[in-house]
Amino acid sequence: SEAKVKAEGGQISWGDAPLVINPFDEYAVEGALQQREAVSGSTVTVLCIGPESAKEALKHALAMGADDAILVSDPALKDLDTLGAARILAAAINKIGGVDMVIFGRQTLDSGSGLTPAQTARALGWSMLGLAGQIKVDSGSVIVERVIEEGRQSINAKLPAIISVVQSIGEPRYPSFMGIRKASKAEIPVWSLADLGASVQEAIVTRSELMSPPARESAVEIITGESPTEIADKLADKLIAEKVL
Amino acid sequence: MKTFVYIDHFKGEVQPASWEALGLAKSFGSTSAIVFGSGVEAIVKDAFEHGADEVLLADDPALLDFRVEVFASTLSALASAQSPSLILFPSTTRTRELAATSAVDLNCGVITDATAVDVNGDSVVVTRPIYEGKLFEKVTCSSALQFITIRGRAFPKPEKQAGKTGTTTNVEAKTDALTTVEGYSVAEVGVSLNDAGVIVSGGRGVSNNPSLQPPAGLDDKQSEVWRAQQGFKLVGELASVLGGAVGASRAAVDAGYIPYSNQVGQTGKVVAPDLYIACGISGAIQHLAGIRSAKMVVAINKDADAPIFKAARYGVVGDLFVIVPALTEAFKRKLGK
Ligand SMILES: Cc1cc2nc3c(=O)[nH]c(=O)nc-3n(C[C@H](O)[C@H](O)[C@H](O)COP(=O)(O)OP(=O)(O)OC[C@H]3O[C@@H](n4cnc5c(N)ncnc54)[C@H](O)[C@@H]3O)c2cc1C
Ligand SMILES: Nc1ncnc2c1ncn2[C@@H]1O[C@H](COP(=O)(O)O)[C@@H](O)[C@H]1O
Repeated sequence: SEAKVKAEGGQISWGDAPLVINPFDEYAVEGALQQREAVSGSTVTVLCIGPESAKEALKHALAMGADDAILVSDPALKDLDTLGAARILAAAINKIGGVDMVIFGRQTLDSGSGLTPAQTARALGWSMLGLAGQIKVDSGSVIVERVIEEGRQSINAKLPAIISVVQSIGEPRYPSFMGIRKASKAEIPVWSLADLGASVQEAIVTRSELMSPPARESAVEIITGESPTEIADKLADKLIAEKVL
Repeated sequence: MKTFVYIDHFKGEVQPASWEALGLAKSFGSTSAIVFGSGVEAIVKDAFEHGADEVLLADDPALLDFRVEVFASTLSALASAQSPSLILFPSTTRTRELAATSAVDLNCGVITDATAVDVNGDSVVVTRPIYEGKLFEKVTCSSALQFITIRGRAFPKPEKQAGKTGTTTNVEAKTDALTTVEGYSVAEVGVSLNDAGVIVSGGRGVSNNPSLQPPAGLDDKQSEVWRAQQGFKLVGELASVLGGAVGASRAAVDAGYIPYSNQVGQTGKVVAPDLYIACGISGAIQHLAGIRSAKMVVAINKDADAPIFKAARYGVVGDLFVIVPALTEAFKRKLGK
């Protein structure tokens, strides 16, 4: 996630950065593995829509401990917006069948819209519990502590449910040696649109232009002085003059 | 362009970016504000005074708590009946889910975190940051109705016109709930990070004052947290004299010095104050991702090589336990407080 991106001739250039799992989705995998430990008999399947290269992200999740992985891939799925992605994810979740809970990341780093979880929930007609910092399952229901602007909200729903998680869920575990071995040998099934019996809807929101932000006027001015009071006075005067208060 | 503005609130407290959205909508023509809740007359009055010509009101006990499935059904029914071409929302955790959910019902596009909205006849072009503000994109939407959420502090706040009124139109609340709200633990947030003009943030450095003697009986970890609390007290006093909010780095949050809701950065909040003062924060790339839209950054750090100085306009190389209280005193004198 420290990859350097820049705008290059209207295209996004990643330089030679490798495709990695979206950091927010690492938290989602962690959240799912915690639930597998808490609820006996449960399994974790990781699901992704993407090109063949997205198998690397799925393998990372397998190495962390997920049981199975599925890639949805089809040449027609190139320019999905979140609504399109949500409808395809909903179709895949229905095809998997018997799913109690789907855990999402808060948002993707690239476009960062954070819309897909709620849209998938609506497409399925399931409840949406967003921005969970804590998840507890209790006899067919789930209670989630949501982290919102104003603090925390505790909310309850019947399963099945869609949940998105934030960092408070806990640090993603490192892949174990055994996990890495298992992941490297895993054959990840690939589902096409035909396999899902789904069709793709044209993207509603499209990019017309890509721009680099205006360069920041740089060069820091270090404030020095004989005493803390003198430094503080000088800095306060500068900030008052800059009209940023 | 028939434009509605959704007014977001928590227990009657309106997110200020709602008014910024209303101001933006007014620049396109006459505007209706959407107010959902229970017992929200005060918000209706405020909406008129901030420029709304009409308020579309669903005031119903079922809308006491924000529950996305209920609010979305109410919004979808309203939009289907009235056919606006644009609904603006302030960008908040609630509106992101609300817009997303209702857009599935209406099969319309959602554009989040707009920093500019250019309307030309029927065409709307929206500018928004992507890749954590490393790039900007312009996007357009092909559906007849579109939802746009706007970044806080990206658009001017309209002047309040005391006593201005308008038409209230009641709309029906949908009550098909899937979730139950059990309760809240509301943080003592003071000024919210989203709409703060000034933010003073503390990092791991706030616990680094060996000369402070913690009370007897604390173990090492407890002593560290105790020291950090003294540090955050200084940070809070500076924020308070400037009318600002308190932020934190992830290291400070992970160490248990301060709640996650104060975290700024990639996995915390993205903020856009006029002034951001970073105290004892090294300036990791994930922290900087949260402050790219700050107009000015000031760094106080005892390490002259800390990367935060590269993002800063002014810096002080020194101990925050000395510099921060001196700065608070200086502002008290100069701002006459
Ligand atoms: C996926 C991912 C997501 C992340 N998301 C975030 C995020 O959202 N927000 C975030 O902040 N970080 C985030 N991080 C963590 C980030 O990489 C850094 O680890 C973190 O920002 C460091 O916090 P810090 O600057 O407080 O601590 P440090 O890096 O330890 O820096 C402490 C600084 O305090 C200074 N200092 C110490 N004592 C004093 C003193 N007495 N007076 C003055 N200065 C002093 C030191 O010189 C040092 O520069 C993320 C990391 C990852 C991998
Ligand atoms: N192509 C995809 N495949 C699987 N999950 C996705 C995909 N796109 C988005 N998501 C999920 O939705 C979350 C929010 O994405 P977004 O709405 O794009 O910000 C991500 O963190 C993922 O959990």
